[in-house]
Amino acid sequence: MNTVIPGLVLRYVLLYTRNAVRLIELIFWPAVDLMVWGFLTMYLQQNTSGQFPQFITFLIGAMIFWDVLFRAQQGLAISFLEDVWTRNLLNVFVAPVRPVDYIAATAIVGLLRVAVTVLVLMLLAWGAYAFRLWDFQVLLIPFFANLLVFGWSLGMVSVSLILRWGQAAESLAWAVPFLIQPVSAVFYPVSVLPPWLQPVAMALPSTHVFEGMRAVLAGNPLPHGELLAACGLNVVYLAAASVLFAITLQSARERGLLVKIATH
Amino acid sequence: MAGDVILEVSNLRKEFEGRAAVEDLSFRLHRGEILGLLGVNGAGKTTAMNMILGLISPTSGSIRAFGMPMPGRRTAILRRANFCSAYAALPSNLLVHQNLTVFGLIYGVKDRRRRIDSLLELLEIGHLRDRVTGQLSSGESTRVNLCKALLNRPELLMLDEPTASLDPDIADKVRTTLRQVQREEGIGMLYTSHNMRDIEEICDRVIFIHHGKVLAEGTPADVVARSKHESLEEMFIELARATRRSE
Repeated sequence: MNTVIPGLVLRYVLLYTRNAVRLIELIFWPAVDLMVWGFLTMYLQQNTSGQFPQFITFLIGAMIFWDVLFRAQQGLAISFLEDVWTRNLLNVFVAPVRPVDYIAATAIVGLLRVAVTVLVLMLLAWGAYAFRLWDFQVLLIPFFANLLVFGWSLGMVSVSLILRWGQAAESLAWAVPFLIQPVSAVFYPVSVLPPWLQPVAMALPSTHVFEGMRAVLAGNPLPHGELLAACGLNVVYLAAASVLFAITLQSARERGLLVKIATH
Repeated sequence: MAGDVILEVSNLRKEFEGRAAVEDLSFRLHRGEILGLLGVNGAGKTTAMNMILGLISPTSGSIRAFGMPMPGRRTAILRRANFCSAYAALPSNLLVHQNLTVFGLIYGVKDRRRRIDSLLELLEIGHLRDRVTGQLSSGESTRVNLCKALLNRPELLMLDEPTASLDPDIADKVRTTLRQVQREEGIGMLYTSHNMRDIEEICDRVIFIHHGKVLAEGTPADVVARSKHESLEEMFIELARATRRSE
């Protein structure tokens, strides 16, 4: 039985559970975001004479969905940085760990991060705004899964950037998802974007997920077209991110960058 | 040499931006042998070790461990090897036994708990089992790192300055333990150090590297006898000073 992936996952779980700050970080920022967006939408609803009755549903749903993408990406990027910060990268890369084991383990950590954050947000949204995400759960699960996969692709891109440019690129671990946020139609429909930007938005799986999410939350049937587009694009992005990671890792080995990052 | 060859390095070369860090390095390591790689800072010994570990790709030349090519069979080789360095740490907020359990899983060690406990006892740090790794002294950390390096009963052990920053008493204990496991388990070891006493005491054979090239090779006594120096340390100091003058 291959125990490499369980070993790596155990390591990251212990890193989180033995550090209260890391655990709080998993919950604190999403909770703050939820409060801000929740109160903002309540204010808008009160001052627009009920013209936008679904504001709360859309914005809180979007906020929770965005966190799925962000946490999945962070699972990969921050796990890699944890190894850099703890000077443990060398020990991991001289162990019989294949790149695919490493990515799989960090992707599982991303999934665990998402599970914790979404559970907390769902409960908070229910308590504070009577928003019950689980009412839509069966229809929303395929969109959740697509965001998770896209988050992993973005995580691999972030790790590749750090491998290439070292700790100078550390801030990109947080910035990468936000680079695509404006064109992902997270909090507004794609039609709001200028026409020249809409094709860019439609080339991202996240855009189709958020469009599909709004349709489901509005009580419409599952938008199969959006779901298929998200799945197809995700296959392309996951393959491209995997190739980028493999090339960057090989290049880091050739240029000695892996050792440099690991012993910095 | 009695044991079979477990590591064969042939004409290894590494260039960084056109500058050679390792040039035409060739050697063999036999089972149960401790081979020291010596050299001043920047001589190329750590680069050579990193290439053997698959962390750096060679520009040319070949590396074969247990008859398998590196990096072609990287995972299979690393399953039978291990590494300890003064420059690599274990996560500081985990307990000692948690860190060792994680690496026990990564290396697929059977009966992990018993193996961890026996290694902690061997290195006389059984009392540190439930301590936070980041709160250990450097001597204690080094011995915990050595536990990690011995977890999978490696046939090839690479040690990059394992006694750096240790006091003489702990350094002596570490050397004694390494000699003991090398005798009992027939481990082949590749050892780099700046501490010539370390090298003279522990190594069966040494390779002196300078500017990425092999300068001298043989038993520590042979290397000293063939040079005009009194000891390895004297040879090392003269080389280091000559290097600094030429820079």
